[in-house]
Amino acid sequence: MNASRRWLEDFLKRPLETRELVGKLVMLGAPVDAVEALHAGLGEIRVALVESVAPHPNADRLRVCEVNDGSATVKHVVCGAPNVTAGRKYPFAAVGATVPHGKGGAPMRLERAKIRGEVSEGMLCSARELGLGQDHDGILELETDATPGTPLLDAIPLADERLVIDVGPNRPDLLGHKGLARELAAAYNVPFRLPQIPGAERFDVPPPRRAGTTGNAGNVRIELQDLVGCRRFHAAFIRDVKIGPSPSWLAQRLEAVGVRSISNVVDATNYVMLELNQPMHAFDAARLRGQTIVVRRAAAGETSLVTLDNTARTLDGEMTLITDGGGPIGLAGIMGGASSEVGPETTDVLLEAAWWQPSGIRRTRRRLGMSTDASYRFERGIDLWAGADAMRRCIELVLVTAGGELIDAPLDLWPEPTHPPRIFLRPSRVTQVLGVELSWHEIERCLLAIGATVVSKPDDGRIAVDVPAWRPDLRQEIDLVEEVARIHGYENIPIELRPARVGSLPDAPVEVAASGVRRGLAGLGLLEVSTLPLVPGGGPDSVRLLNPPSATEPWLRRELLPSLVQQAQVNWSHHVRDVRLFEIGTVFEVRPGARPLETRHVAAVVTGAREPAHWSGTGRTDFDRWDLAGLFEAAVALANPGAVVQVEGSAWVAVNSDGRTVGRAEPIDTEGPPWAAPVLGLEVEVDAAPRRHVRYRALPSTPAAERDLALVIPDGIVASRVRQTLEEAAGPLLVGLDVLDEYRGAGLPSGVRSAMFRLTFRAPDRTLRDQEIDEVERHVLAVLERELGARRREAAPSSSPGRVP
Amino acid sequence: MADPTGSSELDALRARVERIPSLDAAQLEAEHIALLGRRQGTITELLKRLPELPLEQRKDFGAKVNQLKVRADALIAERRAALETERRGRSDRVDLTMPPRRRWVGAEHPVTRVIDELLGIFRELGFAVAVGPEVETEWLNFGALNFPPDHPAMDLHDTIYLDAPPIEEKPHGGRLLLRTHTSPVQIRVMLASKPPIRVVIPGMCYRNDPFDPSHAPAFQQIEGLAVDEGISFVDLKATLTQFARRFFGPATKVRFRPSFFPFTEPSAEMDVECQLCHGSGCPACKGTGWMEILGSGMVHPHVIENGGLDPEQYTGFAWGMGPHRIALLRYGVPDIRLFYEGDMRFLGQFVPGRAAGWAGDRTPA
Repeated sequence: MNASRRWLEDFLKRPLETRELVGKLVMLGAPVDAVEALHAGLGEIRVALVESVAPHPNADRLRVCEVNDGSATVKHVVCGAPNVTAGRKYPFAAVGATVPHGKGGAPMRLERAKIRGEVSEGMLCSARELGLGQDHDGILELETDATPGTPLLDAIPLADERLVIDVGPNRPDLLGHKGLARELAAAYNVPFRLPQIPGAERFDVPPPRRAGTTGNAGNVRIELQDLVGCRRFHAAFIRDVKIGPSPSWLAQRLEAVGVRSISNVVDATNYVMLELNQPMHAFDAARLRGQTIVVRRAAAGETSLVTLDNTARTLDGEMTLITDGGGPIGLAGIMGGASSEVGPETTDVLLEAAWWQPSGIRRTRRRLGMSTDASYRFERGIDLWAGADAMRRCIELVLVTAGGELIDAPLDLWPEPTHPPRIFLRPSRVTQVLGVELSWHEIERCLLAIGATVVSKPDDGRIAVDVPAWRPDLRQEIDLVEEVARIHGYENIPIELRPARVGSLPDAPVEVAASGVRRGLAGLGLLEVSTLPLVPGGGPDSVRLLNPPSATEPWLRRELLPSLVQQAQVNWSHHVRDVRLFEIGTVFEVRPGARPLETRHVAAVVTGAREPAHWSGTGRTDFDRWDLAGLFEAAVALANPGAVVQVEGSAWVAVNSDGRTVGRAEPIDTEGPPWAAPVLGLEVEVDAAPRRHVRYRALPSTPAAERDLALVIPDGIVASRVRQTLEEAAGPLLVGLDVLDEYRGAGLPSGVRSAMFRLTFRAPDRTLRDQEIDEVERHVLAVLERELGARRREAAPSSSPGRVP
Repeated sequence: MADPTGSSELDALRARVERIPSLDAAQLEAEHIALLGRRQGTITELLKRLPELPLEQRKDFGAKVNQLKVRADALIAERRAALETERRGRSDRVDLTMPPRRRWVGAEHPVTRVIDELLGIFRELGFAVAVGPEVETEWLNFGALNFPPDHPAMDLHDTIYLDAPPIEEKPHGGRLLLRTHTSPVQIRVMLASKPPIRVVIPGMCYRNDPFDPSHAPAFQQIEGLAVDEGISFVDLKATLTQFARRFFGPATKVRFRPSFFPFTEPSAEMDVECQLCHGSGCPACKGTGWMEILGSGMVHPHVIENGGLDPEQYTGFAWGMGPHRIALLRYGVPDIRLFYEGDMRFLGQFVPGRAAGWAGDRTPA
């Protein structure tokens, strides 16, 4: 909503300081997004008196004027305007001043010039050059008592600010200057009055004639058929108007709020809308077919309507139309039709001020994909009782600006009259919600300020409040509590920490689990990333979106890893080779007949150097699959501690206690620049179950003994099998097992590999003797040979001295 | 065993002592133990056995052994000092200003950091973390939150719908959509638990906004809800002011101004003093001196009712804020899209305890 400071000043009858005004509006709940100074470029233009006018010696169409601009010397000015007259005052730009709209429309700084041999020391300006209108036939004659040299902006009421106000969907009343003025009157604690229309005092518009569903305005018969879509319809018929430009005060009012001035009658309807928030329409009565207007729903299959913007609109049976004998002439509450548009030849006009059903307007507006100033207001809900005043105001404006004669009193079709709603307010409820006890007088003051009528004293603990009809958002007690808080002032409610009970819920387990995973992976040197859950590809169990923000990404992700791999590629495109990313996020899976299954996942991707390169030589190796395996092991332990890591094909997977796969890790095949390192990725489901606490195990009090065992293992026997066999054979004395190296090739027959296992033995209650360990070792070797065909490698070191791990 | 008091033995021992200055560090320590060790040091042993000698021998021999011990002590100390000087001399040749060997250091996402900090503050104020699904029904996202059907307020939430049939669900099913705010979790929490309720709800929300420097189609939101008997607008102002002062600093100015949300009434926008200009007005705050931080309000009675509670008995307040926006502000990030990219150069700036110095770190943070 654009508002003009001057317009508001006219309501409040006092000057408003812009900064203070903006502050008041903000604290009333109508934040100002922008303040645009209007005519700011006129600061250097002054009022000047033309003292004499003489013909230009070298040009027939130019004059040489002597101009008093209030300075010590009289200025010689060459002027081409036919209307320049001695003894009159005009806007004057001296040498050095800037004219806002010079040649070509751009600001122009004036210099001393010689025009056809005559010196010119400035310029007398036209309305167009000053941005005050389109008129450039002559210079702008000023009707002012101001002495020469007075700044133009002080002499005529031009300086204004346009406030761009962010009006919430609950406050349609603030879409008109009157509504804003009402709020401001409360904030400034001053009265407010509708400004006088210059010249309107000559006319006395009679009160409206109330009727039901049909009535006449002039010679036009009006009938309401769609009583749901239209609850009230005001009409007036004015004969013999003369369509022409609006007077400058009216045009400037509209232009101050960014509305183009079109003609006196159209401007009158717009003015009323911007002032009273009642959208209006003017029909050219002579162009109505059959002298009848019917308000009805569109018939199925009805032909389209060409609206004022010269666009053909396709209608459907739920749209409310204004029709004449020949068919639709307006989309109710949205836009009039081209066929009955007011034009230069119009002499008789039919004015309309109606109340249209908000949800119907909204539906039609959305169906047709068009929004107008009128539909914006109707769909938010306007005052059902405002039409009569708006109609009177509009009639006055037309009579003042376009002449003509009002035929009959305005018609007011109101088939089902109602009363504005009444709400009961308990002061005790105000105290309960606001936490402060306000006096009855303060509550009443606040309610009166918004235009409510307070109809009883709080005898039975409640107040009956008739709410103003321009506030469709006020429907129940809590709405009044808010109004009391707002007008009393949020800033006047204390900031005071009072006793409160803490909540009874614990933190959500999945958040606790996710935090642990996040800290763990960050601790492993990975950077957390957050990608969009909307992805380009999906499968049969993926969730598809009806209206995705991007047509190329219509699916909700099933997994995180592809997005992370894509991020690795983005880094490559920045010539960053070392990438270590992880993400924790939701993935979605279709469940027929139910909301999709949402699961929290964690995924990670690593590629490039295992550690930062250092001059000493470290950091020259890249992450490989064994790093991935370790990372996966850690991620599974963090995210899904009940799951076990297994090998599946060329990947590792994590399988939980139900036998379900909950994680996967493998090298990723992806396109990359030649210098890129292999990409390794993993993804694990985050189990929300509370983590088990660590149980302390007694620290060993006896020394451990280590034996390194070099084994020759036939191909096909995997390490985990060796491990299992070895652990079983060694029994409880074996407390640790690791692989020190693996070897294939020279010195070994084909079909085998050798691996060095380090076995750590310990008895909890005694120091193990060598013979005891030798015995276990012999047994282990025998079992390995028998069950796996694995033998000790010749010439391998038998044992190393007991090193405590 | 030869007579230890023999002069040749003593000479040999003296020679050994005189060799001390040629020993290296390890030999020196070994020799110290061998000669002077309390248990079996050769010289110590000799001194121990002095009482066994005849008196006349004891005097002369004792004096010699003692001299030897004093001499050995002195030489060992001298040698130790020399070795230490030598060692230090060697380390002086090491250029300690060379770049250190570093580890990869991980980091949480900058928005996560903000969320964690916010959640931490609200935990201190007695709130626990709650969550809810990202796919919601129209009822939970709008209807239960007092959005009138087909109301312009819904235009502010450009909703993304699922390409799926409506579902049956208690208390109301309906069309499926990506939640446009975390507020549906308010209803879920109220339906699932009894007051006192004090929860703070982080989570991803979705709106059909194209990506631009300050908008993203998916964004984090943090919602808060307190419901109990006797909770009022005073508590709202006090709690959120506490939050603002803990998060932005103890002297931070705040203001509450009227606003509109269907699910709260009265509704209030909380502004804090602009973090860049501290109230004097700058482009970031559009000259107002204030920055909008969160929307809040007293929970609408309809919402309390839809949460299965009696709005006459229980009142509450709720608020919502955007951690992305706060992160933009806090870290001076110019474009929200950076938060959605896995750019190592960007994310690496948020590594905790990030060192300034060598390589790469010269880019001003």
